Amino acid sequence: MDRVPIVKIGRTLFVSIQIDLEDESVVRLQEDLADELAATGATGVIIDITAVEIVDSFIGRMLTMIGSISRLFDAETVIVGMRPAVAITLTELGLSLHGVRTALNAEKGLALLNGTD
Amino acid sequence: MDELPIQSGDDVVRVRHQARVAAAGCGLSLVDQTKLVTAASELARNTLVHGGGGTARIEVVRSGNGRSGVKIGFADNGPGIGDTELALTDGWSTGNGLGLGLSGARRLVDEFELSSEPGAGTTVVVVKWSR
Repeated sequence: MDRVPIVKIGRTLFVSIQIDLEDESVVRLQEDLADELAATGATGVIIDITAVEIVDSFIGRMLTMIGSISRLFDAETVIVGMRPAVAITLTELGLSLHGVRTALNAEKGLALLNGTD
Repeated sequence: MDELPIQSGDDVVRVRHQARVAAAGCGLSLVDQTKLVTAASELARNTLVHGGGGTARIEVVRSGNGRSGVKIGFADNGPGIGDTELALTDGWSTGNGLGLGLSGARRLVDEFELSSEPGAGTTVVVVKWSR
């Protein structure tokens, strides 16, 4: 199983998913992010899914859960870089990623977190 | 035609890859490729988690009017599904999911056939046609 690295810059945790997501990798990411949020007191999480070719119901649910977990640590999650085909498929699948914010790219996501948008 | 085992999370990723290759190869649009691969991911996970493992069979098919498409058959020897009608409703779940796997997968493909009996395993066959 591959792990997804988490990078802290300022008060934000950056996650760029560059692997083919196995269910186990997503669960691991969720745990790693919770640990990292607790350890660093970061106030924002940006998850870049530019390279992610599909988001199915499991991955979608995990992303939503990451948003909920972050909120318990007083941090906001923004998903950025969703491909158009993924957005269309996700909607048809019936998944709304309720509770997480989305932005077009990492730069806009950061602006959203910093309130400069 | 490829028959792939589904016994681990790795295998689910491999099924997604092969579905993508077949879909791109027969000219499905990027959105249709993504829909098929997403449906394949849902169904391969079901085969693994609920069916206790099984196989996926991916093939390129041709319709009467000359369109090509990708057909994927999933089979397991798991406990089967008692009420297949109910299993295909949004929100129906055996446990910790959202209950969108089966019903969502059906929406993403052009043809969907589920057959199952308690104790006799489950097969799901889906087809996505090029436009």
